Amino acid sequence: MKWDKLLKLAGIIVIVAVVAVLAVKPVFPDVKWLPFAKLIKQGLDLQGGVHVVLEAQDTPESPVTSDRVKQAMAIIENRVNAYGVAEPIVQQQGDRRIIVELAGINDPDEAVRNMIKTAYLEFKTEDGTTVLTGRQLKTATEGTDQSGVAEVNLEFEPDGAKIFAEVTKANVGKPIYILLDNQVIQAPNVQTPIPDGKARISPYASLEEAHNVAILLRSGALPVKLEVMEKRTVGPTLGADSLDKSIKAGIAGLAAILVFMVLYYRLPGLVADFALVVYALLVLLIFAALHVTMTLPGIAGFLLSLGMAVDANVIIFERFREELWAGKTLRSGIDAGFKRAFVAIFDSNVTTLIAAAVLYYFGTGPIKGFAVTLSIGILVSMFTAITVTRYLLHLVAGSNLVRNVKMYGA
Amino acid sequence: MLRDKKPFHFIKLRKIWYVISILVIVPGIISLFSQGLNLGIDFRGGSLLDLKFNQPTAVEQVRGVLADFGLEGASIQRSGETDFIVRTKELAEDENLAVLQALDQKLGGVAVQRNERVGPVIGQELIRKALLALGVASVLMVVYIAWRFEFKQGIAAIIAILHDVLVILGIFSIFQIEVDSTFVAAVLTIIGYSINDTIVIFDRIRENMLYRKKGEALEDVINNSLWQTMARSINTGLTVIFVLVAFFLMGGATIHNMVLALLIGVSSGAYSSIFNASPIWYDFKKMEERGRLKGAKA
Repeated sequence: MKWDKLLKLAGIIVIVAVVAVLAVKPVFPDVKWLPFAKLIKQGLDLQGGVHVVLEAQDTPESPVTSDRVKQAMAIIENRVNAYGVAEPIVQQQGDRRIIVELAGINDPDEAVRNMIKTAYLEFKTEDGTTVLTGRQLKTATEGTDQSGVAEVNLEFEPDGAKIFAEVTKANVGKPIYILLDNQVIQAPNVQTPIPDGKARISPYASLEEAHNVAILLRSGALPVKLEVMEKRTVGPTLGADSLDKSIKAGIAGLAAILVFMVLYYRLPGLVADFALVVYALLVLLIFAALHVTMTLPGIAGFLLSLGMAVDANVIIFERFREELWAGKTLRSGIDAGFKRAFVAIFDSNVTTLIAAAVLYYFGTGPIKGFAVTLSIGILVSMFTAITVTRYLLHLVAGSNLVRNVKMYGA
Repeated sequence: MLRDKKPFHFIKLRKIWYVISILVIVPGIISLFSQGLNLGIDFRGGSLLDLKFNQPTAVEQVRGVLADFGLEGASIQRSGETDFIVRTKELAEDENLAVLQALDQKLGGVAVQRNERVGPVIGQELIRKALLALGVASVLMVVYIAWRFEFKQGIAAIIAILHDVLVILGIFSIFQIEVDSTFVAAVLTIIGYSINDTIVIFDRIRENMLYRKKGEALEDVINNSLWQTMARSINTGLTVIFVLVAFFLMGGATIHNMVLALLIGVSSGAYSSIFNASPIWYDFKKMEERGRLKGAKA
């Protein structure tokens, strides 16, 4: 027995065990980042939510321009923020598509209908006739006048400006009501006719107040018609159910691998099992650190990479056995086995990485998630097989704990 | 030990392996041409409602409500007493809302588990992207293998992959199992997996060719390499299958078809890596040799 090596081995086992417990069990409820498995972001299919792809459509009165799409995005962002969900995603895809993702929302369908509603915003005169809608409003920004008083500047589209000129001319001294979803948000008095479509509302107590009003006005209307190209909603119960089932299936699959490895490869199998646990922990850590979004196919990708991590060990052990059969000592057998196995592991994993990269490039949503988890899994598996397994095997062989080569599968 | 006994000669028996592959693939190809694939809304476009009613409900009741909206042709799939998956033509948002409200009011309350709507454009894009991805992945792999091994091995590996893709497509066509976007991911993963399997064997052949004894026939080198890697091929296939079976039996219904495609693919990939890729490469080498002999004679 070599006690220093045994001690090292025991130390490593304890450390990994502690990390494993910290990863999944809430031992320190006060520490925010523990257990770190909880930090991994869950995709919409696991926590419920909505994924929708909107496309801007040409209409006679407002053809699609890149400015209008950008504006529409900003407006949707405002509308979506009203739901108060964590980390909503509003993204442009190509020239005229907008992708929106909201997680953990109660009525996803309602959210989608709200997103594509065109005109909430109306301008009414005192007698209640609607004279303008948000569609004719180009922008609303906050600012200050010469004396430093906060104000909101409105600018109308050319057609809106023309109408606005007539309306202001006919309503000098009277208020114009600005309604958002039938609620009056502003009722400024017309002081003079405004012919150029550029109006100012003032005074406001602060620039911040003016800013808020400007946002309300801006988010009032979509400048362009949006159509739903694709919509996927997942209810929270189904999401939780999927997650639960996947975790159970994952544990069962992992357990089967662990048992098989020990039965077939004996002591090295046990070492591989330990390396596999290290592998799983490392991958979870990386997922948490890189903010990888875990989707249902992503979990499948992770587990598939688990199979490939085992593969690297299998290739190494088969080589190791051959070296032992050829009469090598344990120590030189380990090194020779690793050396000869490395080329095979490298080449085979690179080809799989190529497939994963292509999948990432062409895929969308959950498929991208699958490609990411698979790729990270492959890279980490190469690392753990070559470093962790090798180090541990040397440690076990060097400690003289087990000297019978039969226990190494020979 | 298998490696020492070598119960049979892989290369000498290769015609048998080819016949087995053809017997598995041909019915699938016939099915693909006659009835095609059961394309889900991801490809065709349409709407999907995954519903859970508050009380036991019959298919006829659901169809009755749908008929009010002219949707009596919808596909209605019942699993359990209260769970339904309804597939219809594409429904606009207000139409969708009206249908859900009607179902909720007339059939005593319903929770929407999943609601998907895919426009026809998206479906076409998916098909285009899937084919493009397949093509790009194949080319890149041939390039890599040609660089690390030799070009003919790259082609042999791609033929083995084509075999696996045809097996998956064929089985999904024969049994008319629904194909969605996760299916595309499964097929591409199998490509990665199958080629991974093949490469480990090619690596062994590459190494054995270096230590090839004088007068040792190529077919024997390949045969030895295949037997030397046999334990690895089986064990790796088994460990992946463990995980997939666990997912197939216990995982959620949403990825059921994806896992099924992976299971079929991993099995086919293990077969094609051992029984097709190397024997095909051997045939290529023989053709090359014959071509050289002919050239020498003339």
